Amino acid sequence: MVAVQETVDRVRRIDVDQYRYGFETLIESEKAPKGLSEDIVRFISEKKSEPAWMLEWRLEAYRRWLTMTEPTWARVNYPKIDYQDLYYYAAPKPKKTLSSIDEIDPEILKTYEKLGIPLREVAILEGVEPPPGGEPSEQRRIAVDAVFDSVSVATTFQKELKKAGVIFMPISEAIREHPELVRKYLGSVVPTSDNFFATLNSAVFSDGSFVYVPPGVRCPMELSTYFRINERNTGQFERTLIIADKGSYVSYLEGCTAPQRDENQLHAAVVELVALDDAEIKYSTVQNWYPGNSEGKGGIYNFVTKRGECRGANSKISWTQVETGSAITWKYPSCILRGDHSRGEFYSIAISNGYQQVDSGTKMIHLGKNTSSRIISKGIAAGKSQNTYRGLVTAHRKATGARNYTACDSLLIGDKCGAHTVPYVEAKNSSATFEHEATTSKISEDVLFYCVQRGLSQEEAVGLVVNGFVKDVLQQLPMEFAVEAQKLISISLEGSVG
Amino acid sequence: MALLEVKDLQVRVEDREILHGLSLTVNPGEVHAIMGPNGSGKSTLSHVIAGKPGYEVTGGQILFRGEDLLEMAPDERAAKGVFLAFQYPVEIPGVATMNFLRTALNAQRKARGESEYSTPDFLKKVREVSKSLNIPQDMLKRGVNVGFSGGEKKRNEILQMALFEPSLCILDEMDSGLDIDALRIAADGVNALRSPERAMVVITHYQRLLNYIVPDFVHVMAKGSVVKTGGKELALELEGSGYAQFEHAA
Ligand SMILES: Nc1ncnc2c1ncn2[C@@H]1O[C@H](COP(=O)(O)OP(=O)(O)O)[C@@H](O)[C@H]1O
Ligand SMILES: [Mg+2]
Repeated sequence: MVAVQETVDRVRRIDVDQYRYGFETLIESEKAPKGLSEDIVRFISEKKSEPAWMLEWRLEAYRRWLTMTEPTWARVNYPKIDYQDLYYYAAPKPKKTLSSIDEIDPEILKTYEKLGIPLREVAILEGVEPPPGGEPSEQRRIAVDAVFDSVSVATTFQKELKKAGVIFMPISEAIREHPELVRKYLGSVVPTSDNFFATLNSAVFSDGSFVYVPPGVRCPMELSTYFRINERNTGQFERTLIIADKGSYVSYLEGCTAPQRDENQLHAAVVELVALDDAEIKYSTVQNWYPGNSEGKGGIYNFVTKRGECRGANSKISWTQVETGSAITWKYPSCILRGDHSRGEFYSIAISNGYQQVDSGTKMIHLGKNTSSRIISKGIAAGKSQNTYRGLVTAHRKATGARNYTACDSLLIGDKCGAHTVPYVEAKNSSATFEHEATTSKISEDVLFYCVQRGLSQEEAVGLVVNGFVKDVLQQLPMEFAVEAQKLISISLEGSVG
Repeated sequence: MALLEVKDLQVRVEDREILHGLSLTVNPGEVHAIMGPNGSGKSTLSHVIAGKPGYEVTGGQILFRGEDLLEMAPDERAAKGVFLAFQYPVEIPGVATMNFLRTALNAQRKARGESEYSTPDFLKKVREVSKSLNIPQDMLKRGVNVGFSGGEKKRNEILQMALFEPSLCILDEMDSGLDIDALRIAADGVNALRSPERAMVVITHYQRLLNYIVPDFVHVMAKGSVVKTGGKELALELEGSGYAQFEHAA
């Protein structure tokens, strides 16, 4: 299913400078005044009708943040961000309190329709092909939480999930409705003091998704969040918290887009995952924030902290990411392997073109006995972009029998881009086995010529070769995400070859 | 009208002239053999006809059905019916052969304004051709040429030739690295594709291949030009006397 016809057509249709999701939605919105202060933190908390403990939690983070400095160790360059020149809260102005999807501003519904995201409770059949030799596809359904600027505008399939005992709702609601769960787990994986961006997020996060899967429950459908930044000069700070209780399973998909703008926009999300005994969380991301234009103007600064903790024995957390957008990506979805025999996985495709800068990777922290982890990273650099894999694998003194396998492959398209691999490995006990393989290759002229001799255009040939290069990771994605990701990969490499 | 006309072709690579005024005319239905020692420019000629980047044409012309081939992008040439079976077919990891075949075939058909093959029609066609070439179905599921033996790679080239139905087939050293059984299978595959509309240019160092694919014309190349042209008996003559005589002549 490489380079399906539709992809090819779409690639032909767009110019280098065209970003498919770059439209803007004209709706009235309500914003907090510009800048950041205790008052703004209080404003956000009040807007969300939060309990006092939540406000305290935020204020503590805010005060801590004031003492912190922005990290500089990543291989990315950007002008200094003026944190007082941003809006920290923007919400589509509600006409009244919403009680069903039909009451959402039709302009917002239209936006999600344009993005191809179904907010109505309909089955998704499009683009689903049965795997070769596999069973015919069942009707697959996805529950969606849509976050528009700072607030969640709709969560679908609520009733059905409720029947299964699964809680899936905007985190702002969960804070009010399930305070015991939120208090217990929020900040338990990414503490408020964790890092500059995570601390900022803790102070000002406005919405995001909350998931709780009770013991022994296999979540009956994929859960999904789509993030959309619409407002100008608005930072987006979502907070996601997913808890898989003992013996449960959940698969979660995250997608992101933003309009095309000349100025840079800040996105500093925090995602926390907790897997208890025998539980499994599969978290997939297709990140397609606006990357800036062909001269490097505009685009999203994506400074995200994602971390999962395998808290229970035999638990498993798997991160799969396809990163094609953003001007700057600073992102290291990680696993803390605390439970004995727990397992962490990181599958990543990071594509950079134009002037994009990607510094991404993972951390696998082995604390429990016989824990294992696997890292498969595919970096593709084109244009004048810089693409760095940064990884850390550590085994604690007590993590006997820890195992890690890491494979980092980089592919260069053209000679003005760079790929870098920065692996840190640290074993504090002698029984740990860590394997690391890394390759860097250039897209071969001979391979491209072979393809064009067989009738493929240069662009199609690049798309085909790249899709082959990333296949191991694409296979980890749920089917419709894989199809979407494949298209995105071809589109984001548009204009990368002469 | 001739299918392919190469007129006084001069080609440079990195400031060195490799082809010095080469001419060749190929009509539909004909099979031409190009023989010559290593380094005489046989692969260069095939690459320039197919449009591989890196070669500078400093003089002469290549016409394909009267159209200027040098003006066309390589994928356009492929869609017009120029096919090159490579001396060293490349590997494309992660791209299943079946998928590659379909993507390429449909790209060509689309460029010609034809409709895409339906999945069942395509599968049927691939099955037929691969069976006749002794290509097992599981080979088609593997990455393009990944882990293929030398013989398998060459058969995969012929499979593509059969699927794409080009009007000009250039086969560069199809016999290299093949044992006699593999050679026979490959040659049978090629012979099955001979037709009054289709022409073939068979490039080889050895006469052996021409026992299986019998040419109408034989051209001897040395040091970047055609130094002698004759019928199929010229190949046998060369078998006895070798290329040395022509190296001096050039
Ligand atoms: N890419 C290249 N760069 C430099 N020299 C080349 C290149 N390709 C071919 N040549 C030179 O051109 C000559 C002809 O090569 P080639 O066409 O491969 O001959 P043949 O196929 O007859 O063995 C040789 O001397 C070879 O070294
Ligand atoms: Mg050669």
